[in-house]
Amino acid sequence: MAFGTIKSVRKVFPVGELGSRATEPVVALDDASFAFERGELVALLGPSGCGKTTLLRIVAGLIAKTSGSVTIDGREIDGPLGDYGFVFQAPSLMPWRTVIDNVLFPMEILKRSDRAARARAAELLELVGLSSFHHARPHQLSGGMQQRVALCRALIHRPNLLLMDEPFGALDELTRLEMNDLLLRIRKETGATVLFVTHSISEAVYLADQVIVFSRRPARVSQQIRISLPYPRSQAVRFTPAFTQAERAASEALGIVPHLEAVAS
Amino acid sequence: MTARSLTRIIYPLAGLVLLVIVWALICRIGRLSVVVLPPPDKVLYAFVANLGLLFEESLVTLKETVYGFALAVALGLPMAVAVAKSRTLNLMFYPLLVALQSVPKVALAPIILVWLGPDLQSKLAIAWLVAFFPIVVDTAAGLRATPKELLELAHSLKASRMQILFKVQFPASLPFVMTGAKVAITLAVIGAVIGEFVGSSEGLGFLLLTATSQLDTPLAFAALFALSILGLLVYLAVEGVELLIAPWLPPAAERH
Repeated sequence: MAFGTIKSVRKVFPVGELGSRATEPVVALDDASFAFERGELVALLGPSGCGKTTLLRIVAGLIAKTSGSVTIDGREIDGPLGDYGFVFQAPSLMPWRTVIDNVLFPMEILKRSDRAARARAAELLELVGLSSFHHARPHQLSGGMQQRVALCRALIHRPNLLLMDEPFGALDELTRLEMNDLLLRIRKETGATVLFVTHSISEAVYLADQVIVFSRRPARVSQQIRISLPYPRSQAVRFTPAFTQAERAASEALGIVPHLEAVAS
Repeated sequence: MTARSLTRIIYPLAGLVLLVIVWALICRIGRLSVVVLPPPDKVLYAFVANLGLLFEESLVTLKETVYGFALAVALGLPMAVAVAKSRTLNLMFYPLLVALQSVPKVALAPIILVWLGPDLQSKLAIAWLVAFFPIVVDTAAGLRATPKELLELAHSLKASRMQILFKVQFPASLPFVMTGAKVAITLAVIGAVIGEFVGSSEGLGFLLLTATSQLDTPLAFAALFALSILGLLVYLAVEGVELLIAPWLPPAAERH
């Protein structure tokens, strides 16, 4: 059995939960199904507002699904497990804590903030190139550096699964490429299983073992694309035919370019 | 001292000097009676001559202010937590709190005097009453304005309600709490003086009232200055506490 199984997950937000302006229930997610193995990096790709973020929060146990089933590592998810790392689009650091204390926050909540935790925090900060910033405050760091701290915070408790919600979407192009390479390096070091929400086709293809393509709302999984480019990947891979082919396949699944066969006929 | 901070001291000082000159000129040219508007030198003389008395009365007013403010913080913070964390309490009391904030609470001063007598308690109660609402309303607003992501992060780690309150919501609301506290301390001074106006035998408000009734306007002005200095000092004290417990906030001057 696969490490993670998402089966026919459906989420309908009732009128009351969406604020006063909504007049009918919104189907955020309509029948999402896919599976992934331990250690895989899975990109959830789709247009904005297509429910992929909702799915990520369902997997995290933060919101309840309407129907379907989510199984991670043999456990059915119906609430937070305390065992996942979460990275948001904004770094969402705590301005009142120093960098190292931000990284240690999950360990404090889990009551495991000991010497070993501090050592691991230092190790992670070293890995993302911030070893000289332990006692800096978040507002003294650039956006990219803050997001790297957020990444360390998400990994400190050795989570079973790393959930990332458009984590590099707010960064400039160059920083984003850097962060992509950093994520791949960290994934290699930690062996983390990652669910990565993005609306960038090239980011999805560059990072992932498999790309799950969502259609517009109500979101369905329209295609599951396995990316066979070998790791470690470097930026040069973007200019290979295999990469372009994978991008084309994702674009076709999204419906932004016609299928090749259709063009031929 | 940098050139910039020097500028920030010199210009207000120059403004003050200008104001005092205009004040002196008005007294001289307008031939105003000392009872109506005493010239600056007479006020300064009254201030220096009565330094001991002013200091003593200041201590009384300071005590009323600080006690009232401290009580407002001690009762206001738990109240804000209750209102922010419980949906029922919020629905029951939050609209009431906001509505009560606009009630001119100093109008209650005579009633409070009847209840509590002319001693410290009534002044403390009035200072508390005016300081309480900004503390509660701002703290509750701060607790509710905690970034959604930080709450989700805590929930994803199965944090307890207490952990969420003390490790996330409360620190996140500190900037709001301090804003409320700075409004509250200023109001507490006003509350204490109003209390003294209505019925008291000591304090700067009482001194101001007696001096005016004896047509000793220079002394009344001197008391007014002592009151301004007192207000400024307690405000700066609260700002000092803010720097101490919330050093991550940029300095007040940069925020505006």
